[in-house]
Amino acid sequence: MSLKKKIETASITRRSFLRWGAAVGSSAAASHKLLGAFRRRDPNHALVEAAPPAEERMIRVGCPSHNCGGRCLLRVHVRDGVIVRIDTDDRPGDTVADPQLRACVRGRAYRKRQYHRDRLQFPMKRVGKRGEGKFERVSWDEALDRIAAEFERIKKAYGNQAFYVPYGTGSYNQINGRQTAQRLMNLYGGSLGFYNSYSWAAISAATPYVYGTGVTGNQRQDWLNSKYILMWGWNPAEMRDGTNTEFFVQKAREKGARVVCIDPRMTLSAVSLADEWIPIRPGTDAAMMSAMAWVMVTEKLHDAAFIKTHCVGFDGTQMPAGAEGAESYLDYLLGTRDGTPKTPAWAEAVTGVPRETIARIAREYATMKPGVLYQGYGMQRRAYGEQPVRAGCVLAAITGNVGVPGGWASGIALQAPDGGPFWLVFPTGPNPVKALIPSFLWTEAVLRGTRMGQADGVRGAERLDTDIKCIWAVACNALINQHSNINRTAGILADEKKVEFLLVQDNFLTPTGRFADILLPVCTQFETWGLEDGWKYGDEVILMPKVVEPPFETKSDYRICAEIAARLGFEQAYTEGRTERDWVAWSLDRYRRTRFPGVPTLDEFERSNAGVYSVPVTEPAVAFADFRRDPAKHPLPTPSGKIEIFSKALHDMNNPAEIPAVPKYIQEWESPFGPEAAKYPLSAIGHHYLSRVHSTMEGVDWLEEAFPQRLFINPLDAEPRKLANGDLVKVWNDRGACVVPCRLTRRIMPGVVALPQGAWWTPDKDGVDRRGSINVLTSDRWTPLAFGNAQHTIMVQVARAEKS
Amino acid sequence: MVTQYAFFFDAAACSGCKACQVACKDRNDLGPGTLWRRVYEVTGGGWEKKGQVWVPSVIAYNVSMACNHCENPVCGAACPVKAIWKREDGIVFVDTDLCIGCRYCEWACPYTALRFHAATNTVSKCDFCYDAVDAGKPPACVAACPRRALDFGDLADLRKKYGDLRHIHPLPDPEQTGPALVLRPHRDAARAAERGAEVANWEEV
Repeated sequence: MSLKKKIETASITRRSFLRWGAAVGSSAAASHKLLGAFRRRDPNHALVEAAPPAEERMIRVGCPSHNCGGRCLLRVHVRDGVIVRIDTDDRPGDTVADPQLRACVRGRAYRKRQYHRDRLQFPMKRVGKRGEGKFERVSWDEALDRIAAEFERIKKAYGNQAFYVPYGTGSYNQINGRQTAQRLMNLYGGSLGFYNSYSWAAISAATPYVYGTGVTGNQRQDWLNSKYILMWGWNPAEMRDGTNTEFFVQKAREKGARVVCIDPRMTLSAVSLADEWIPIRPGTDAAMMSAMAWVMVTEKLHDAAFIKTHCVGFDGTQMPAGAEGAESYLDYLLGTRDGTPKTPAWAEAVTGVPRETIARIAREYATMKPGVLYQGYGMQRRAYGEQPVRAGCVLAAITGNVGVPGGWASGIALQAPDGGPFWLVFPTGPNPVKALIPSFLWTEAVLRGTRMGQADGVRGAERLDTDIKCIWAVACNALINQHSNINRTAGILADEKKVEFLLVQDNFLTPTGRFADILLPVCTQFETWGLEDGWKYGDEVILMPKVVEPPFETKSDYRICAEIAARLGFEQAYTEGRTERDWVAWSLDRYRRTRFPGVPTLDEFERSNAGVYSVPVTEPAVAFADFRRDPAKHPLPTPSGKIEIFSKALHDMNNPAEIPAVPKYIQEWESPFGPEAAKYPLSAIGHHYLSRVHSTMEGVDWLEEAFPQRLFINPLDAEPRKLANGDLVKVWNDRGACVVPCRLTRRIMPGVVALPQGAWWTPDKDGVDRRGSINVLTSDRWTPLAFGNAQHTIMVQVARAEKS
Repeated sequence: MVTQYAFFFDAAACSGCKACQVACKDRNDLGPGTLWRRVYEVTGGGWEKKGQVWVPSVIAYNVSMACNHCENPVCGAACPVKAIWKREDGIVFVDTDLCIGCRYCEWACPYTALRFHAATNTVSKCDFCYDAVDAGKPPACVAACPRRALDFGDLADLRKKYGDLRHIHPLPDPEQTGPALVLRPHRDAARAAERGAEVANWEEV
């Protein structure tokens, strides 16, 4: 055949495709040998040519909803019931008001997750010790009967508060994931609840102490009105933080905004979005922010008029009643009480940022107005994560950047005017159990639940009636892999007298799944119906029609719950006679009555194959615009009605060393300045990585090839350790150790190493993790105000390792 | 009529996310190890201690590159069996049926566009998604970019639209092959040579 002819026909012949079960990729890094026994090996599962080529269908569908920070649109091409190709949003137009929702590298690699050889296929029961990872295939009937029996036993023995459906974000659209189980539990008498998350515990708790609300963010298109954008520990190019967020920053910069990125790593965002990168020592952001405020105040660059009319607690003239003599923010900056003025020279020693740079950035932010100080979440997943949150909000306030187009109030920045998308529509119903724990403290509730009270963050009850006895982990690898201090968690979960029954539902045998008593195989989000709207930002509804059938014996989370409900006697109450698709229709109706009056019905939506219904943003909302205009008529929902630079509520907690009434820099409990640094001299951070969504998408070879798991270390730190690029290194502290290749890079601050979070814990016979799972190193200590995870506050040592 | 298809790449906008690379792999069913499009991380500069702090002079940017479908495809000239062919619209193809796996083309190409597969003893490379382009659609990589950093079209048109830059550090001298490539530089590109910038991620590309 001539080449020309060949090229004309190549689109048919060159693409072999895979029937379900064929190995598209290599095996996952975490090996699951036990699955070999269950994997069918018949020859039909080998690579086969499509002959004759079947008709190809293209379906627009929301990218499977994980906790990635984006919500994107895919075009999925299906042939003979198999997804053969995935591309992304190609709607014409692609304007700033209504941009295409282009998927990131993870969405583009999804076929490799969908058809991964390690997908769970059958229900299994544990046969070895818990956590050992030995399982046997059982029938659905046996698995579901056992689950119902265990639920009934535990309910009778301990009451409903003994059940816990933990925080887990592996499957995260309206009709899939943990909320399906929560609905069942709520109908069953309830389960111990939780508040807060592992993503933004401190920022969600601290922001309202300043503004009385978390709705502090303008719609993103408003960034095009900014003259200055300070990306503080914010890395939307790697963690996304909303589909197109990075694109809007790029557009703002193209329009003339100066962009500065402050981060220990020279991130993909720093490289591609910023005019300048300023490395900062992890955990010291509040020190730099304080010094910036010192510069503004001493050089009179602050907006004194705005402070006078819209803030309280800035200086002694505006202290709240009952705290008249307390330390004001100005007192803190000038060192009136503590004897330490928060000068750039002081901050230089703490932060590692040159004093001239600190002063310059302070002047830039105070004068290039309107400006945005956007706080990433990494800096608040730290020991005193509440402090940089409030310090950043205060900088926004004292520069008068609140309530104006092109400005930004900082804080958690849920989208104005209504808090934005990302909230649950699927009805879980009221939980009859009123007690809530902070999500990060679930191990405490296993170990000493009955001794947990409000001092441990318990809400809705004086104290807990029982320890947690049953955990139902749905799409939740947060239970062990993403929780701190894996070795401790593993010990807790391994004790069958503590958690008596552990049920896990997932697509893969995750490290959490290894601890399951019953392990149920769930279909992917391509294999059932779903619906999503934006993540934190965005003004669209995205349909997730079922595009292929669930393989093997997999079922949807909803179907599993319905079958458990049947055994417990309330299937009808659970399903209300609805299928997954019916709930999508129901949820669309809800959207139509709330955020999206124009959203089509499901039948229309499906018929059009549009995939997405979007609302163009031509006049972006600005948070606090009314308050800015008339603070008396539109007070904030704070006790004072104003921006609380000083919080009387925090003052009254009477713990000024850890919960100061004005934001302060507090040295972390593990720090380069503490005695622990002698043994563990390197700060370690676990940044988000494009090869995974937290721990989801682990083992996808296209992603591992693009972004291999490794420890990033500066050559200045590698040299005395005699490390060469690619060497295997051991990273350890008192809590654990892992062995992983290293990558020497100048794009990280000396004294800091970065190990991308989310790699699956893979202990060897000595308990050393061989994959680079950072949570063998992290601490289970929580932040003082939010009871949040402080997983980035860790010190480690690094040395060359030998291959085992 | 298109006489020379070309890519445009905006180094200032590229984050290095590799959505282009994986979109290419998905479209062409490329296994691990075969990168028709890949993203080079260019890093230079260093760190200097000033007083008590380390101050960086580090620079970094990305270069996403497939095959440049050169005006003078030296890969084809190096092929002893004439398995490499340039279409009228400039797209350069490899005929894997004719390929004998000698890898001369791989050595000849200064952009490492040709990729050898030991299993089949053949090379392959980017074909510009010719079938999509023939149907009036963009190549997969161009359609994928979350930052809209890639474009395609006739070389003359791209030059009119974006200028005629076709070299940034540390790419090879374009005079060698006449790459059908139009570039927009990253801010750090001008300082790259003096700061000793080089490809930092050879293990990934």
